[in-house]
Amino acid sequence: MLGLNSRDFKLFIVVCLMALAAPILLNPFPTASALGESFNAGYPALMQRFVIFGILVIGFNILFGLTGYLSFGHAAFLGVGSYAAVWMFKLLSYNVVPAIILSVIVAGLFAVVIGYVSLRRSGIYFSILTLAFAQMSYQLAYSVFTPLTNGETGLQVYNDDPQILMGANSPTSPHFFGLEMNSQYTLDISGWSFVFQNGYYLSAIFLILGFYLSIRIFRSPTGLMLRAIKSNQTRMSYTGINTKPYMLAAFVISGMYAGLAGGLLAAMDPLTGAERMFWTASGEIVVMAILGGVGTLIGPVLGAGIIKYLENIVSKINDSILHQWFAFMPDWLEGVLVTIIHPFIGKGWHLTLGLLFMAVVIFLPGGLVQGGQKIGGLFRRKKTDDAADGAKTPAE
Amino acid sequence: MDAFILQILNGLDKGSAYALIALGLTLIFGTLGVVNFAHGALFMIGAFCAVTLQKIFGISFQTIDDTQTDFLGNPLKVDTPYIEAWFGPEMGMAIQDWSVPLAILLVIPVMFFLGWVMERGLIKHFYSRPHADQILVTFGLAIVVGELIKAFYGANPIQTPAPDMFLGTVDVGAWLGMDSGAVAYPKWRMVYFAFSLVTIGAVFAFLQFTTFGMVVRAGMADRETVGLLGIDIDKRFTFMFGLAAAVAGMAGVMYTPILSPHYNIGMDFLVLSFVVVVVGGMGSLPGAVLAGFMLGILQSFASMNEVKAVIPGIDQIIIYLVAIIILLTRPRGLMGRKGVMEE
Repeated sequence: MLGLNSRDFKLFIVVCLMALAAPILLNPFPTASALGESFNAGYPALMQRFVIFGILVIGFNILFGLTGYLSFGHAAFLGVGSYAAVWMFKLLSYNVVPAIILSVIVAGLFAVVIGYVSLRRSGIYFSILTLAFAQMSYQLAYSVFTPLTNGETGLQVYNDDPQILMGANSPTSPHFFGLEMNSQYTLDISGWSFVFQNGYYLSAIFLILGFYLSIRIFRSPTGLMLRAIKSNQTRMSYTGINTKPYMLAAFVISGMYAGLAGGLLAAMDPLTGAERMFWTASGEIVVMAILGGVGTLIGPVLGAGIIKYLENIVSKINDSILHQWFAFMPDWLEGVLVTIIHPFIGKGWHLTLGLLFMAVVIFLPGGLVQGGQKIGGLFRRKKTDDAADGAKTPAE
Repeated sequence: MDAFILQILNGLDKGSAYALIALGLTLIFGTLGVVNFAHGALFMIGAFCAVTLQKIFGISFQTIDDTQTDFLGNPLKVDTPYIEAWFGPEMGMAIQDWSVPLAILLVIPVMFFLGWVMERGLIKHFYSRPHADQILVTFGLAIVVGELIKAFYGANPIQTPAPDMFLGTVDVGAWLGMDSGAVAYPKWRMVYFAFSLVTIGAVFAFLQFTTFGMVVRAGMADRETVGLLGIDIDKRFTFMFGLAAAVAGMAGVMYTPILSPHYNIGMDFLVLSFVVVVVGGMGSLPGAVLAGFMLGILQSFASMNEVKAVIPGIDQIIIYLVAIIILLTRPRGLMGRKGVMEE
């Protein structure tokens, strides 16, 4: 259906349902309870980040997963997309449609230039070239391009901006033809409160579209060509195929995904700064892709979701919460445990992230998806007759 | 003319640091074929060895001096560092003053050991894996090291001054027969430059004039054949990894008076050093050194006001720009060998 085979279609439907029902699915615990305060993720600001970074990493995966070219400068496209979107808000109006369109186009153009140069080299050289370009963009955004980027203050919309399409009654925050992004509907059901926000749903729709497109690309002849480049580029050249246009196409598409993510970030919160382009941001994208599973369809979405979720929870936990958790233990053991865990929580989130990342690269190079498949494989070997098990493991 | 000389001198100390880190990176890459994204972290660990030593020398005990009173009229509490109690006040003060150069003695064994552990414990398992995996795992390690440093030492830069003897400036202008005071250059940066020349010279001499170095060079050229000759090349390469770590650590220690170390310093230097290695040519030791100094000097020229007036912002991006141009025109870098990293 929709040009997908049945397996992919199932996966696609699952992603659609997850994305659309996220406000309910991510609120498993009653809102006011202690568990709910620590572990619920069903509030708009966080869910937006899940889907937006999901889009970003899906795009990154089209490049790295299919062709094996590791870009260490992907955050540059995200930053450029955000700047483009905020400029649309400043010049036209708060309508998100022109903003998102422009952010995709600008990021795409940017990717054509960077890709054309970087793709002349491969392997580590490619990584370093993209890193160099991203760092250059970051430095320029802080220095020469201050009129465009507003330097360290960050770009935002001011009252005296032209906003020529702004009518008298137009909303004063990003909106989709009048539907304000930050307006939300709260549904209270006996202790649970589910928040449905316009902005989240706009991003979720883009995630679904982006995911669909990525399945189509993975299954297309072009996708096959890109995989062939990954396995043996020299041989591709010997068979008389010019691989460069395919590579550039993959690079630009993945840059446009990043631009879309940047535009959406700006649409959720109309301000941006150069730190979005810093190379640690690029590193985070790589981490997400690796953690989920590079070269798989669902991996990037999983990786982005897990990283953002863990970031949120781990940074929220502090010593007093730990003491609550371990209250049932003897005092000395509790003290020891809290001391051991202390460096990893709160501000220590990046330490946890680094360790997690290393563990995944060392033990599970295929990411969590591969881990899921391994576990699934164990089950299947144990009870071969239980065919239903296979459906639980992700398709790829 | 004096401005010209001043910029060259200014470029030299930064260039020295780039050259030292790039030298280590190239050593590791040339011997083990590993792209070590954690090399900046080694530089940083070195810098924090200096901080640690300074703190250790500062550990003190309290005594109550009855002859003096503080502003509240209570007997004055006096902190005496143990080091002063043991070696006498003058010697103790001197040791504290010289904590940065003394840290070199500490950093060599520490870094050598860390490098050895890192190679045997982690990197060893990545030889057969793709370069992307090597980059990723060392990148992860760099994050972890940076965050550990942050957890222990806090996020703020920590001041580690050079010995008093090296404070102040040298009047380079007077040596060259110009007006005195025209070209003044901080003494410690001079020391750093000299130190880096000595270190680089020592590494090259080690590789060039010892049997061990000869075997290592042979292994870099053709690992398999050296192995077939019955030489345990892996053990020597592990030693070279330790050596590269020690060089990075020393570069870090000596750099602390120039730039107060903080937990991100490794990453800042790493990105630039990689660019340096690429410009110099992957796997070429002289190339790394040459490119390190060249880029350091170029960067300092680009930050002259006259240049910035013509091309605004050039000081921020010159290194990356040069790297892009070099990679596109001379893909192997300035002195790269054929067949290195070209798959």
